Amino acid sequence: MTTESLRARVGRLTVRSIALAYLLAILVGPLAMVFWRTFETGFDAAWNALSTPETLNAFKLTLLIAAIAVPLNTVFGVICGLAIVRHDFPGKGFLNAFVDLPLALSPVVVGLSLFLLYGREGWFGGWLEEHDFQVLFALPSMVLATVFVSLPFVCRAVVPTLREIGDEQEQAASTLGASRWQTLWRITLPSIRWAVIYGVVLTTARCLGEYGAVAVVSGRVQGQTETATLRVEERYDSFDVQGAYAISLVLALIAILVLIAMTVLKPKETTA
Amino acid sequence: MTSTELTTRAGTGRASREGATALSLSLVVAFLTLVVVLPMAALVWESTESGAGGFWDVVTSPQSVAALKLSFGASLVIALVNGVVGTLIAWVLVRDDFRGKDVVNAIIDLPFALPTIVAGLVLLALYGPTSPVGVDVAFSRTAIVMALLFVTLPFVVRTVQPVLHELDGELEEAARSLGASGFTVFRRIVLPNILPGILSGVALAFARAVGEIGSLVIISGSLPYETEVASVYILTRIESGDRAGAAAIAVALLVASFLVILGIGVVRRLATRHDVVLSRT
Repeated sequence: MTTESLRARVGRLTVRSIALAYLLAILVGPLAMVFWRTFETGFDAAWNALSTPETLNAFKLTLLIAAIAVPLNTVFGVICGLAIVRHDFPGKGFLNAFVDLPLALSPVVVGLSLFLLYGREGWFGGWLEEHDFQVLFALPSMVLATVFVSLPFVCRAVVPTLREIGDEQEQAASTLGASRWQTLWRITLPSIRWAVIYGVVLTTARCLGEYGAVAVVSGRVQGQTETATLRVEERYDSFDVQGAYAISLVLALIAILVLIAMTVLKPKETTA
Repeated sequence: MTSTELTTRAGTGRASREGATALSLSLVVAFLTLVVVLPMAALVWESTESGAGGFWDVVTSPQSVAALKLSFGASLVIALVNGVVGTLIAWVLVRDDFRGKDVVNAIIDLPFALPTIVAGLVLLALYGPTSPVGVDVAFSRTAIVMALLFVTLPFVVRTVQPVLHELDGELEEAARSLGASGFTVFRRIVLPNILPGILSGVALAFARAVGEIGSLVIISGSLPYETEVASVYILTRIESGDRAGAAAIAVALLVASFLVILGIGVVRRLATRHDVVLSRT
């Protein structure tokens, strides 16, 4: 080994150590803590904290919201991606900006704007009250908030893949007499399915973890409009740190599953 | 098939294509209007209820100025840190090789997958009053910066990584063989190519940090004038029934978000132009 490569080697190892030390301090250390803290007082304590009716309800509600929001955003994301890549129309820049907005906007601002729209003094508030339809502090507003914050993921996952595959196969299919629907189902969707699934995984993670927007519109009624993330805060504020850690652990385990799914799915897209 | 049949067929094909475009566009616009545009309109409307003067009074009140300053200041700090450390991590993941690199690469996305409220709680567990490593930064501005660093970690890494991957080593090797030092090679050859990636990653991280709430509600302590960030301030305004006040600060954040999105668009356009020039020469 020459002296020059020795110097390069020292440099490389230094950069590597800095990167790994940073990741350990910011990422791995804190995550390891949640496991340690949860089981500090034994497995039973964690289990008891998780199996209270309020906590179970919170998880059920979180899953229900995700079960509504994820399919909505998947359909929207695919249609929106196709519109952006395959069609030209005035105002495309606007559309792009609005689709990206949830990535850059504070969830509290999202929650507040829904609050202002559907609240008693809001634009739709009076009409909703007359017809006895509860949006705010109920499931509909929580779904709307969650749909908003998780809006871009499927669309943004689908757009690069659609660009990459081009539209030659679609054109060939329609020249051979396939209808628009047939082309969509037989050609377009199968070729972007991994991108769609990747987007769905990201959307699901965002839906399950949403806090800020839901905190504003839910009203946080225990056992009714309290999601898993709100439950973490409620337990912490009621000095039941053990309970907060136990719920966090379940959410962290879901996050790790999401991470594994992302890792398995991603290379298929980047090497394609 | 006669030629007239063919023309009609082509004609209906075009018509159905246009019909499908119109249908999918109306669906997209209708959904976006319901979910995004209407709420935003209601927000902007509410903030103008008390007139421009009222809006300005709310935004420039001492407590909101303190909250906005803290949010933007902390976000600026973490944007800079991310620009440097994120690039460094991306470099290690692309150019370095060691055992367990795949695992390290996978956990970069953890902050995207982990609920932010959990992130705040675990950071408090490690760097709070009961810290096992003896570091207690709970309820301080340092804690806010650390929480923001956690949630924004993936942005720069993930925007720089693909560009670095595509950049083949030939130019760098040529420069090195001509006697350029490692740092010169990085500054003159690698950096200009990955700069658009770094900038858009930094901008996304900045926007995310300005609006962050979940990871901060527990660890920041939310002390007015000290550790109360803008998004937490909005939440307390809502809870105390001050809709106009909350809306005014929210509009300030909304404008900042739009500016960041526009900025990223500009960087991307410049970057693609840069690519064209490079491929021609």
